[in-house]
Amino acid sequence: MARAVATTRAATTAATARAAAADARIEVRKTYKLYVGGAFPRSESGRSYLVSAKDGTPLANASRASRKDVRDAVRAAAKAGPGWAAKTAMNRGQVLYRVAELMEGRRDQFIAEVRAAEGLRDARAAEVVDRTIDRWVWYAGWADKITQILGSSNPVAAPYFNFTIPEPTGVVGVVAPETSSLLGLVSRLAPPLVSGNSVVLLTSETRPLPAVTLSEVLATSDVPGGVVNILTGLKRELVPVLAAHRDVDALDTWGVSDAMRTETELLVAEDIKRLARRPTTVSEARFDWLDDRATERPEWIAAFLEMKTVWHPIGI
Amino acid sequence: MAGMATRTSSSVVPSAENGVNSWGLGDGQAVPWEYAPAPEARDIVTLKERYGLFINGREVPATGGETFTSVDPATEQPLATVAKATSADIDKAVRAARKAQRRSWGQLAGKERAKYLFRIARILQERSREFAVLESMDSGKPIKESRDVDVPLAASHFWYYAGWADKLDYAFPGRVAKPLGVAAQIIPWNFPLLMLSWKIAPALAAGNTVVLKPASTTPLSALLFADVCLQADLPPGTVNIVPGPGTIGMDLVTHPGVDKVAFTGSTEIGRKIYQGVAGTDKGLTLELGGKAANIVFDDAPLDQAVEGIVNGIYFNQGEVCCAGSRLLVQESIAPALIDKLKDRLATIRVGDPLDKNTDVGAINSKQQLEKITELVQSGVDEGAELYQPACDLPERGYFFRPTLFTNVAQSHRIAREEIFGPVLSVLTFRTPDEAIEKANNTPYGLSAGVWTDKGSRILDMVSKLKAGVVWANTFNRFDPTSPFGGYKESGFGREGGMHGLHAYVRLEDR
Repeated sequence: MARAVATTRAATTAATARAAAADARIEVRKTYKLYVGGAFPRSESGRSYLVSAKDGTPLANASRASRKDVRDAVRAAAKAGPGWAAKTAMNRGQVLYRVAELMEGRRDQFIAEVRAAEGLRDARAAEVVDRTIDRWVWYAGWADKITQILGSSNPVAAPYFNFTIPEPTGVVGVVAPETSSLLGLVSRLAPPLVSGNSVVLLTSETRPLPAVTLSEVLATSDVPGGVVNILTGLKRELVPVLAAHRDVDALDTWGVSDAMRTETELLVAEDIKRLARRPTTVSEARFDWLDDRATERPEWIAAFLEMKTVWHPIGI
Repeated sequence: MAGMATRTSSSVVPSAENGVNSWGLGDGQAVPWEYAPAPEARDIVTLKERYGLFINGREVPATGGETFTSVDPATEQPLATVAKATSADIDKAVRAARKAQRRSWGQLAGKERAKYLFRIARILQERSREFAVLESMDSGKPIKESRDVDVPLAASHFWYYAGWADKLDYAFPGRVAKPLGVAAQIIPWNFPLLMLSWKIAPALAAGNTVVLKPASTTPLSALLFADVCLQADLPPGTVNIVPGPGTIGMDLVTHPGVDKVAFTGSTEIGRKIYQGVAGTDKGLTLELGGKAANIVFDDAPLDQAVEGIVNGIYFNQGEVCCAGSRLLVQESIAPALIDKLKDRLATIRVGDPLDKNTDVGAINSKQQLEKITELVQSGVDEGAELYQPACDLPERGYFFRPTLFTNVAQSHRIAREEIFGPVLSVLTFRTPDEAIEKANNTPYGLSAGVWTDKGSRILDMVSKLKAGVVWANTFNRFDPTSPFGGYKESGFGREGGMHGLHAYVRLEDR
């Protein structure tokens, strides 16, 4: 596993390079790509940007997605959404649980990536990864329960059977937290996903690499291609495109910087998108993603649901 | 078409020969039904010459003393002079609401809030006829509807949410529901009192205080409601009512002392309001426009469907955001259904809103009448076929004939834009899939109707329709326990039911 972790350039210091030469074993580095429609393309723009560890050590070149990549991802999400929403709730729960299973299998790799990306010590990085896996499990379990919690049968004062059920909103744009590259991201990705939405996710700009590895897990865990699309790149470039896209039905702006907040919401308002936003009183950098009570909430699922009320006559 | 705008019985519209003879009695058997006038007495309403703003439990003039006139749309005569709120008044109202939220209303136990709301419900029931008559005078809606729908539903909304005030813990299991603070509420002119109740009842139940701006053409029932608040001894500042133009509404939305904004109205204004709260932490719910599809399958009970279609589009002159303005008929039954519909249209009575026999009253304002006329003209210009019954319209007032368009294409403006008038566009389909595609082919998603005898088909259609409310073999039903609200550009958030509370609370950990 340790060798696999050397996907990051953090490990390739001058000393390890000399050691590698002595062993005559040159590591195979990973190319960090986008994840769109179940495939791993580079940005159509042919651009990349250098990602560094918290201590400044260069880690890799990440794809720098373009406006066109955003549009491609939205199209893939819109196409895959109905099939995902039509799966049985229990099936969606099992698929998301399988994401946790596969993450568990790659636990060491994720720990190394999170450690490098966020500059955490080993024990802390391990805690973050374990909690990420557990968070998938927590949200996966909601798949076949949220309807019972949020739906209702309504005793109207007339001879009608009247009920309200939640349905997925559709295509959800998620601007992932900037600081918490994996745990924060999964905490915002799982809620829209579990109820049957499809997602276009912009990763942390400065810490995108754990998300790309997560996309490899998603690709092999029965999440249908296009249900989750993951883009790396510059938020300044990509957030306005995602916020303005007419086929995006809801936007999670948790990872939008305070400086970009208002302009993003003005775009969201154009076509009355649903908006899930971080309260202005909550600091993005200081939010505690390890706090289960603050991050495991059915309301986070409800933010990407539409309530449908049905009237059916009785005895007519 | 030119004749339509003159609104006299002599201005016969293009297809009048159908209308005149369509009494269901066969060719040449037209026997117009005569109805003796059955006017509801107006003396139950004591109109004041001048109405002030209602701020901090008192009626006060607007800062600067400006006023506007509320007009009876059925006679074009002024009803009363109403104080026109200014930015300074908005500020006063928000401060009064804040003070009440901190010191009186917000401090009350849920049990006590409940009793106040029950009081309001009871007073509305006691004064129901007064409210119904005033509502019909100010808005132009038929007394039949204000008496049997608007006012009873408004009272029952207060009744329903009264009971929630001391049971919030059960609405949000595992969480503690806290009020948001001051709610800014802006309501439209189509259901003035009912929309007031949809807004105020859940807000107060959850412990918020409110500043409400009624529509500028229909402020009177809200100002009469101020009197109900006084009769109920509601703590001053709990409810504040500030009539005025749209600009004042934006002042209210952007006021920094407001914690939550709730708006019902057009998508165009809703967008501006959404932008008005951008970058803040204000809560927002929007209930916006619609272009509902009413889908009739070949196995539907036709006579029942015809009644539902008529209720769907001509209820409240079609000035309903969830109106069934697009009729989608399965091709095989289209001719038969359209014939029945035309026959039925000929029996609709258009006229004095205060007459107990009136089905379709006055259009709310001159401006709205012009909008309807313009869109109907576009339907003719774009090639759809117009049908109107040759009914007499009053000489004065803003009236419009119940209108039906056939040969409508999806690209026509009358099939895409919200008309907010008694205008039905008929389209056809062959398969259920085509019906779904056409029904969902709109940026709106407020409501839809499905008519078929087959239960499993109803549920299949329900699951595929992108609409917040789906009526099966019925249309335009409302109930305080039943959540109402839109998908897509029809807005977000729900009003009514347990879901309606959600917009007015902040959930905290236990």
